[in-house]
This record gives sequence, structure tokens and C-alpha cells, in this order.
Amino acid sequence: MWILRLNMTDRSYKIEEVPERYKQLGGRAMTSTLIHDEVDPQAHPLGPNNKLVFAPGLLAGTSAPSSGRMSVGGKSPLTGGIKESNVGSEWSAAMARMGLKAVVVEGQPADESFWTVHIAYKEGKPVVEFQQADEYVGQDLYDVYPMLYEKLSNKVQVAAIGTSGELKYANSGIAFNDMHKGPTRYAGRGGLGAVMGSKGLKFLILDAADTPRVEMANPELFREGQKKMREALMEHAITKPQGGLNTYGTAILINILNEAGGLPTRNFRSGRFEGAADIAGEAIFESNKERMGKEIYNHGCSPGCTIQCSNTLYDENCEEIVSCVEYESDWALGANCGIANLDAIGRMIKLCNGYGLDTIETGVTIGVVMDSGMIEFGDEQGTLDLIEQMGKGTPVGRLLGMGAADVAKAFGNPRSPTVKGQAMPAYEPRAVKGIGVTYATTTMGADHTAGYTIAPEILSVGGESDPLQADKAKADLSRGFQSTTALIDSSGHCLFIAFAILDIPSGFEGLIDEINGMLGTNMTQEEAVETGAEVLRLERAFNEKAGFTNADDRLPEFMKYEKLPPHNVVADLSDEVMDSVYGEL
Amino acid sequence: MKVTVKLFAMLQTYAPEGARAGTPFEVEMPENSTIADLIDHLDIPEREVKIAYVDGRARSPQFRLEPGTEVGIFPPVGGG
Ligand code: SF4
Repeated sequence: MWILRLNMTDRSYKIEEVPERYKQLGGRAMTSTLIHDEVDPQAHPLGPNNKLVFAPGLLAGTSAPSSGRMSVGGKSPLTGGIKESNVGSEWSAAMARMGLKAVVVEGQPADESFWTVHIAYKEGKPVVEFQQADEYVGQDLYDVYPMLYEKLSNKVQVAAIGTSGELKYANSGIAFNDMHKGPTRYAGRGGLGAVMGSKGLKFLILDAADTPRVEMANPELFREGQKKMREALMEHAITKPQGGLNTYGTAILINILNEAGGLPTRNFRSGRFEGAADIAGEAIFESNKERMGKEIYNHGCSPGCTIQCSNTLYDENCEEIVSCVEYESDWALGANCGIANLDAIGRMIKLCNGYGLDTIETGVTIGVVMDSGMIEFGDEQGTLDLIEQMGKGTPVGRLLGMGAADVAKAFGNPRSPTVKGQAMPAYEPRAVKGIGVTYATTTMGADHTAGYTIAPEILSVGGESDPLQADKAKADLSRGFQSTTALIDSSGHCLFIAFAILDIPSGFEGLIDEINGMLGTNMTQEEAVETGAEVLRLERAFNEKAGFTNADDRLPEFMKYEKLPPHNVVADLSDEVMDSVYGEL
Repeated sequence: MKVTVKLFAMLQTYAPEGARAGTPFEVEMPENSTIADLIDHLDIPEREVKIAYVDGRARSPQFRLEPGTEVGIFPPVGGG
């Protein structure tokens, strides 16, 4: 296996054997360890000394179900801390088959030029070519992707930045191709598109033709694990075919969060949205059924996913509006902006995809703009215009591209729903206390995936925990979830396997068997989760050296004095509880 | 007594014809009925129900309903 280093200063490259100490790492463990070991925590995120790392999950390219996820890492221009952004695409398997444990992008051009890096595979090794990409700058990715695919083979994998990354917005993601070669799968959070842009890297292209299968140490044990995992996913009501995710997509969560009073509405002014049912996953399914004349079940983001949660929204002429309308995007541009029109939300998501904007950061930024009185809550056209301005780089657009926290400052608005500079996702931390602990303490800035306590707090998956109970147990809950998540993010499995394996113990065993089979190790469940905790410690150490202290592990102050309806609750967990998450890790 | 019900996701099939998921409808129940009685009354197999919400709180099947109570009933759901 190789580590491929791309030097963007002089457009050269180096292929290195993976050092012994990295051999058992994949995904987030790989990106975070490499950033920790090689990037000066004080480096400017957009300067020559930051690095951008792409790493497939440990199980990438194997037959482990729903294991097509990979990690992109770097120092984040949004948070100023370490970042791992996770994405599902054919990419991951292609990287693994090419023997690439990581691609590390370093340096930056002296001028403003943009480049394509094309990686093919010849005689057992990756071969790299650099080409000028200036002709593609400034365009919508929905126009650019078909051009590229026409020029290259249909079999290549394309990662790209949109205009948001070219303009180096703190709100900019990295697009990866979906199964239909569109720019819709995003490593969205934390502004890694800007890091890629700062390196003059417009496209990273993989051609994995003629690559061998991935090798594993103990195929028999792996197969046993794969079988247990598969059975768990096929059995659980949330993950099985035509189950919750496959039928209604992730937006199935809109209604239940609304019922629980935890759906942030109008820039976190309420936990209930009167238009929830109109934008919920059920409404997407029904609208498609009515317009297309048949029931449409969801598809996968990557090959080998048995869950298949990705939807497509169609208009009244049966044309695709966008794929896919995720819960987070639907909420951010919907409930959070007081917008209850599904088609309009779909068009907003499409604009974000075309320009490379993170839908969560974008929706929360516009919520802050509305909260500050620049446009009204519920203004669909105003929202579409502002996203256009972001994509086109007008002065207002550039300001909004800084992200929700800076925009709140620009408007002098203390109602900034952010932690460490990153916008909060679709769960109200005042009404769901455990997720508030995760938002406050994770190394990533406000992030739900980092420790998804929603499972026991709202969904009754993996046990039950009263969402309104503010006590120390929430710190323990979040810590446990954060470690397990770091393990899953490193394995390359989709986090959604958690629904099944938290409820079905043999599924969790399957995960451990798969990993042991791949690596030839003999880890127990506890030891495997401990490798996740180790990743968290490295990330935390990086952030501390970058200047973060316990005082950064806090929810925004307005949530401590503003009561959130309908439960009329404030953020009331003590600083000691927050500090115990990493204090006792 | 009358109680109000909202059914979500797959459970929508047990709602009156044409109702969209989450649209409230009224049901006549005997006094002192519980959530379990209501689920039974709606002919929803017990194993299909995961959570019931009343006034923003998840409630057990033994929870006693009062006139006008609004109950939201969910099958297993998950996402992110
Ligand atoms: S469950 Fe959804 S997000 Fe996860 S791998 Fe499958 S399609 Fe992708």
C-alpha cells in the first residue's frame, strides 16, 4: 500500500510505502493521524503548510456491506481545528484497489493557477499527471462534470471543488461523483473545499482500470463478519430493504424531531415547525409517487450499500429537481429558514451542489441573515438569490461564504447557533441534551455525526435516554458514541450501520470480525472501540496546540438564557459535565 | 372521549384513506384508555410501533389518555 504525496508548489509527486505505524489505519484514523503528525497546528488553514488528506476506509473495496465511505482531512478554515469530513462514493473502493492508503496534497502554487491531478494505475503502482484546469474555473459543477466525463472515460472517479472552493470560502465542500457521475456526494463540512482551492487543486481524478482486488489477512474471518453485518442490516427495520431509510430517506427524521420539540426552527427560535409534515421524508415519497405514478425507493451513494438511503426529488414534469434531499439539507434550508416548500428546498440544494457549498452551513447562515432582518423568514426567492450570490462571488456572497458564525458577527447578532465556528445541524441541543454535549465537545465543531446520541435519546435505538434530562450521564453517553463513531468512520462503514448494530449484538460482532479479518488482528470489541478513542485523543491534542481550551467546548450563550418552545428549556448542563467528556476519555 | 392521532412513515397505512403522514385525525375511545388500547383500536400490530409521543414526550404503552390528548405514533425510524 502507498501514500501518494502531491506537491502543488512544483507539481511533482512521491510514492512512499506505508510506514509500519500507519498500516492498521483507515479513513478518519488515517487522515487525523497524518494531520496530527505532519501539520503545524498553528499553520494557516489556507497557507502552504496545511495539508489535505484523502483516505479510504479500512474496509474499502471489500464486500463489507455499506462500506463505501471515505475521509478527507485537514486543518479547517471554518473552525481553525482539525477536520475529518466523511463522504460516500465509488471513490473509496477505487482508491483502495489502487493500493492508496492516502493521498496527501501539499504546498501551493505561487500563482492563482488551478490544476487537475490525474491518477492512473500501471504495473502495480499509481502514476500521476498534472494538467492545467483553468478553463473550468468559475463554472457550475453540474456543467463541468458532464464535460469531464465526456473527455475522459466514463469509468473515472472525480473529486472537485466548485466556485466556493475556488474563492476559498470557509463554507465550501469537496464534491465526489455519485453513481450517475453527478457532483452530488459531498465531503461538505468544515471548509475543506477552500483548502483544496488554496492548493490550486480543482480536480482529483482516479482511473482505477486494471487494478487488483484488495487483499486481506484473514479472508475467512472477514467473511464471517461480513455475513453477520449483512444479516443485521437486512433485519433491522430502519436499515432493511424498503425499510425506513430506503423508503423515506434520512428526512424521515423531520416529523419525529418535530414531535419531540427538537426540530430547530427559524434560526433556533423554536423546536417545532408548523410546516414539518410538508417537508418530511414521507412528503418526499408521496410527492414522487404522485408525480411519477409509482413508488420510488432510494438508491445508494456507493456500490455495495444494502441500506440505500439516497433519494431523488422530481418535479411535476417528472424531471429530477435534485438528488438527494438529505434530512440535514431539508431542515437547514427548510424549517431553519421557515420554508415549507419542498420543491424550492430541492432547488436550493441543487444550487449548493453546483457551487460546492455545504448545505448545513448555508442554511444556518441564511437563517442568521433572516434572524438579523436582511430578508424575511420564509422568503424562498430571497434565499435562492443569496445562494446564487455566494456561488457567483458577489461582495455579499463572499461575506455569506464565511459561514454562520462570522455572518452573525457581521450583523451584530448574538443568536449564532455555532460551536467552534461551525453551524449546528438539525437537532436542538436545548431539547436534546446529549447531542448538545456532542456539539460542544467534539473536535469537529458543532457536528451531529461525531456522537449521535439521537439514537437513544429520540429514536429508542441502542437503549433509551430521556432527551430532556440534563445530567452527567449525557457526558458518558456522548463520549461512548464519539469513540464508537471514530471507529466506524475509520472502518469505512457508513455511520447508518449503527442503527442495526446497536440493536443487534451479532452485527457489532460482525464489524469487529470484519476489521480483524482485514488486518489479521485479534481485537476485542473494547479494544477496537479504544482505537476510536485514540483517534479522538490525537484530534484533541492537535486542537489544543492550535489554541483551543475547555472554554471552546461550550454551547452558544444565547441558548443558556433564551427558553426554547415548546418545552421552554435552556441549555443547562454545567461546564464540569462538558469538561468530563474529554477529561475522562 | 375523543383523542387526536397522527401516524407517521409506514404506519400511515392505518390512517383514514387519503390522509398524509402526520395529518391529525380524531378517534373515539372509551374513558381511561391507554396508548396500547389506541394502537389496538387502530389495528396496528404492536411490533410495528416503536415510539408514541404525547406533548413532545415519548410515552409508554401504559400511558393513560385524556379527552383531547394528541398522540403521534412512529414505527422505527432513523437517519442523520
Ligand atoms: S446508507 Fe445512505 S449514506 Fe450510507 S452508504 Fe448507504 S446510501 Fe450512502
